[in-house]
Amino acid sequence: MELVDSMLAGNEQSLARLITLVEREAFEVPEIMSRIYPSLGKAYSVGFTGPPGGGKSSLVDRLTAVIRGKGFSVGIIACDPSSPFSGGAVLGDRIRMQQHYLDKGVFIRSLATRDSRGGLSRAARGALKLMDAFGKDFVLVETVGVGQTELDIVDAADTTVVVLVPEAGDAIQTMKAGLLEIADIFVVNKADREGADSLVSELEKMLHQSPKQEWWDVPAMTTQAVNDIGTEELYQNIVSHREALEQTGRLALHRQRQRKGEFIQTIQHRLMARIMKLVETDGSMMASLEDVEKGKTDPYSASMEILTNKTLLHNWLAELEREN
Amino acid sequence: MAEEKKIRVLMAKPGLDGHDRGARVLTLGLRDEGMEVIYTGLRQSPEMIVQAAVQEDVDVVGLSCLSGAHKTLFPSVVEQLKSKGVEDVLIVGGGIIPKEDISFLKEKGINAIFGPGTSIKEIANYLKENVKRS
Repeated sequence: MELVDSMLAGNEQSLARLITLVEREAFEVPEIMSRIYPSLGKAYSVGFTGPPGGGKSSLVDRLTAVIRGKGFSVGIIACDPSSPFSGGAVLGDRIRMQQHYLDKGVFIRSLATRDSRGGLSRAARGALKLMDAFGKDFVLVETVGVGQTELDIVDAADTTVVVLVPEAGDAIQTMKAGLLEIADIFVVNKADREGADSLVSELEKMLHQSPKQEWWDVPAMTTQAVNDIGTEELYQNIVSHREALEQTGRLALHRQRQRKGEFIQTIQHRLMARIMKLVETDGSMMASLEDVEKGKTDPYSASMEILTNKTLLHNWLAELEREN
Repeated sequence: MAEEKKIRVLMAKPGLDGHDRGARVLTLGLRDEGMEVIYTGLRQSPEMIVQAAVQEDVDVVGLSCLSGAHKTLFPSVVEQLKSKGVEDVLIVGGGIIPKEDISFLKEKGINAIFGPGTSIKEIANYLKENVKRS
């Protein structure tokens, strides 16, 4: 594929276009992914997640400056939510990153979540791979503003940074499962506001009582992104976490797990798409869908009806033969 | 599940004026029309706009200018996109643009100019009908 070759040769436009193809789930995607597969695994990915308005974009912006200062190149993937009503989106993370617009060593791409619910666009992992193949040393992935359970970032990033604000909560909040369990590094941003130190100390107590693992002490630190305070320390913490992962052989294990998860999710997603397409083209199956909608049939028996439907399997096979 | 084609729009403010109410209203309006709108903020140079348009792989670049410098800034964006080989992006402008400048801007490669009073629907329909990329 010409596009892949020119991307691998360093063409930004081709990289951008390939990300678009991944976003659209174009039919070329499997071929693209297999073509870049040999070039993968060099980039180190860092995920940033946390509630909306916590300063994730600003932090990514400042951290990018630090990383560029060390001579490394950076890719940024910034996710923002799609409207459940219109399907549209306002992608406004880039606006915090203006200092890097003209830096050839920084590539920023905004992605809408479209129909994904886990805080990341479904295309984020594909975009990450493309940026890796393109030769970026670091890829920083920013999730949408999340609540407590949108945790997809763990399956995409090598190091996960959870960004909180001083008002994020008291001791009980820090004990809750979900978001606060996935942090490899805690950042309490906007630390010029009241409560930052006490939140850090609550986090530390929680971490002390319930350590994530014995080989890595999750640090809880404060930053002020807009004043560029704490960003160098954040970089050092990321580097330390990377070293810990590498020295204990866990980076390879972590990536193994991610690959497995991605494999299963890809199958689930494509399978579902395929089945729905077949259902939509079959009158009798559409009729049973309608019965479910109207409450005439229960969803369980209707779904069994569809999954054991021989016409569906037959049409599926016929479609496969046509495609080959 | 091949996604239906989403129209991606870069909403940009070239030059030095600080009036972005119009750009923001349109950003929200086009969102509600189902488009993905990237707003890059105030005081962008044509270089910054072009770089963002390339990286974001947008279908539309919307330029808003109220400073009077549209005759320099808008064509500069078009030129630089062309020099990067980007020819399939729809480029539209708005702001305070005197009527007599419109034909000049169109000659320079701006596809359409939408002045004050244009409805969001009109702009959205124009974009939907005229995006160049499949």
